[in-house]
Amino acid sequence: MLKKVKEKQNIRLNADEIPHVRIEDANFPAPFRSGLEYSSPARGTWNIVHTGMLIPEAHEIFVCAAGCLRGVVLTAAEMGTTDRFSTVAVRENNLLDGDMEDLVIEGVTDIINKLPKRPPAVLVYTSCVHHFTGVDLDMIYATLRSRFPDIDFTDCYMNPIMRKSGLTPDQLMRSRLYMLLHEREIDPNAVAIIGNDLPTDADSDLMRVLKGAGLRVHEITSCKTYEEYQQMAESRAYISYNPDAAPGGNMLSDRLGGIHYALKFSFDYDEIDSTFAGLAEVLGIDPRSREEISALREECERELEETKRLIGDTPVSIDYTYCPRPLGLAKLLLDHGINVTRVYVDGIPGGDRAAFDSLQKEHPDLMIYPTVHPGMRFARTANAEAGGGDVKVLAIGQKAAAFEETDNFVNIVEGGGMTGYEAITRTCRLMREAFLEKKEMRELVQVKGLGCEVCVR
Amino acid sequence: MKQTARIISTYSADVMGVCSALFELGGMTIMHDASGCNSTYTTHDEPRWYDMDSMVYISGVSEMEAIMGDDEKLISDIVDAAAVLKPAFIAIAGTPIPTMTGFDFEAVAAVIEQRSGIPSFGFPTTGMNTYIHGASMAFAGIAKRFVDDPADNKSESNTLQMSARKLASVLDSCCMRPNGIKVNILGLTPLDFSINGTDDSIVQWLEREGFEVVSKWAMGSSLDEIRRSAEADVNLVVSAAGYGAARVLYERFGMPYAIGFPAGNELPGLLADQIILNVKKFREQGGGSSFESSEISVDSGVFLNGNSSADGRTYEKGFAAVIGEGITSLSLAGTIELECGIPAKVLCATECPEGILRECDLMTPDEDDIIPELEGAAFVIADPLYRPIVPESAKFISLPSEAFSGRIYRDEIPDLVSDVNELLIKIK
Repeated sequence: MLKKVKEKQNIRLNADEIPHVRIEDANFPAPFRSGLEYSSPARGTWNIVHTGMLIPEAHEIFVCAAGCLRGVVLTAAEMGTTDRFSTVAVRENNLLDGDMEDLVIEGVTDIINKLPKRPPAVLVYTSCVHHFTGVDLDMIYATLRSRFPDIDFTDCYMNPIMRKSGLTPDQLMRSRLYMLLHEREIDPNAVAIIGNDLPTDADSDLMRVLKGAGLRVHEITSCKTYEEYQQMAESRAYISYNPDAAPGGNMLSDRLGGIHYALKFSFDYDEIDSTFAGLAEVLGIDPRSREEISALREECERELEETKRLIGDTPVSIDYTYCPRPLGLAKLLLDHGINVTRVYVDGIPGGDRAAFDSLQKEHPDLMIYPTVHPGMRFARTANAEAGGGDVKVLAIGQKAAAFEETDNFVNIVEGGGMTGYEAITRTCRLMREAFLEKKEMRELVQVKGLGCEVCVR
Repeated sequence: MKQTARIISTYSADVMGVCSALFELGGMTIMHDASGCNSTYTTHDEPRWYDMDSMVYISGVSEMEAIMGDDEKLISDIVDAAAVLKPAFIAIAGTPIPTMTGFDFEAVAAVIEQRSGIPSFGFPTTGMNTYIHGASMAFAGIAKRFVDDPADNKSESNTLQMSARKLASVLDSCCMRPNGIKVNILGLTPLDFSINGTDDSIVQWLEREGFEVVSKWAMGSSLDEIRRSAEADVNLVVSAAGYGAARVLYERFGMPYAIGFPAGNELPGLLADQIILNVKKFREQGGGSSFESSEISVDSGVFLNGNSSADGRTYEKGFAAVIGEGITSLSLAGTIELECGIPAKVLCATECPEGILRECDLMTPDEDDIIPELEGAAFVIADPLYRPIVPESAKFISLPSEAFSGRIYRDEIPDLVSDVNELLIKIK
């Protein structure tokens, strides 16, 4: 017999009770115990639908349960690409009947036959239920390729249950993005930037180095047609700077023969120089001169000083969605007198290990906050009630902005196409802009896939 | 082929229905899933997410935990979080993975309740049904567990007889006028009614008709108000999400219910009469009889049995098709028939209890089932994401639904209780 309980509800946490840890006391790489997870309303990071849509003219077909389809269908609808998106719903009888292979094959066939125009490529996304039922994916794709020899198929996955086993879904998706490239003659003058969702800045260090060497640069974000996408396969080198793209870069290199170079995304001057020197060596181009490097460093110092001068002691919060190295950015800013008080990150990225170690010693009071811990449900309310001045907190990244309830924030995700010293100078400029001009934070952060309009062609 | 959708969207799923139903009641709801459901729900299904600090979480189950049957991780995670956050209750809702691993929701909920001392529910949703299934299940759970029994402090043991006497007294004293009749509104979630004030409009309509509203399940009522639901005389089921609770409250307290959504100029009056009639039926039958859903819902069906309109329209030709949730769509179809004189059939894309839809209506979520049903339609009233499959010969009338298109057209979702004429004028 169930009993009834009538406790008074007391579910609010004040600012002090919001989960956090001093970096000096934090463990690497997991400062917080994993448990139930909260979902922040900040939505700017890309998901597997957005990323798959980067392949021009490709059609996505998701095969999974309705509950899992819901988010991806509406992602496609919100980005205006429902004409390139279809679904096959897995129902309970499919789990019991063991007809999962038939459902995928016949469902995909049915959809392709109904499309008004035959797509050159189809991305078939299977899900956790296929993994757990031991579905014969090889047979499925072999059958589809046999039925539709004019279509390139690739296997994509929506199986978040595998996020702690092997490649993460994000790494897997970035690797699948280039599986459709057909081997072709390599052009020694062509290179490709791979694995980033957003276009690389034209004035980024990477683009300036490549263009300065007279190389033709392919990037999926600028491909308008499937044929343009295929031209990426002529590259003699594949360069990634999103850490999650590295496994895919290696696969691509093994399959098509070009070199893969994983450029490090860093805010450390020496590491920037080192990684760009490595790139020059791999490509056989002239490295940046000492004078050039010196000028770039001086520009960074000027930007950092100007930023400090403007924002003074305003507290700064950073979150992991801004770039792959949030602690590296925190260290750079703190070393230049900027008052970084909080970094929102659930796990410390491997590339941030050196910055983590340094911050523990040199800035031990920096606070690390999680983003998915259940207590974070109350962070926005608690921070809003804590109050502040005209600019109470300057946030770098959407999640930091949402948690801090501040309209003064830098609205960039996934590094925003920045690389090298340009990532520092641009960040400084964006910080000053954010300090001076408020944004409509609530509306902006809830938009899914910031910058995904590059997929709509 | 069934189960494929070339271009249309999909309805919010059962697990999200549980979350939506319980959102405002001060509990902690956990979707037992790896990842994804939480952001989907909070982005597309829950317009209250930014403004209300409701505790909806995901368990984040991993491959190894699922394979090894490590329920202890989930249990301890929930108990630990609850110890800090002190929810009024705990609910776990399922998704495909726990369905496949045979997760015992009831048993795990019992363990959590024992350890935490907090009332706990296990809702065996699968992620493969629509939100209606989950919301109905959740409301039924609340009705079983939290609604106080007025008989707790009485000597009589037969609550049905007691309720019947109470109602008889109410009706005698008010001579079959609604004054003094207390109503619970069952089945309110933003998935069907958004956050545009429709819930308040329903209350205002009931009050204008002379009813008194005790509770709103579950928008705008606290758990304490929900607890007092047995003080009401009758339940109004405004969407199929409320049906499960209506049945439980009938079984527990003998409370009658009426089914319908007050959209229109004429149908709301009929619905008010139906509420009174059902209370009367209840009195006459002594409270212990079972009602058939078809006996207690409001619909027109005036064009059944081959009847056609004055200009020759039938359910096969020249009709209006309403696509959406069963009860709201049926009420809207009834209004179209009553006020526009046009046969209106329902294509119910979500679960609907037996006996509510008419023989001209169809219940199916599948694109390939819906497309042929639209042949011959003069008007199609549906969410904009259905538009690509609507024949060019039909006039498309947009009626967005959070449950189908999420937040995309939220600003365009009408309050059909107060603004239905704006829709009807496009048909008349």
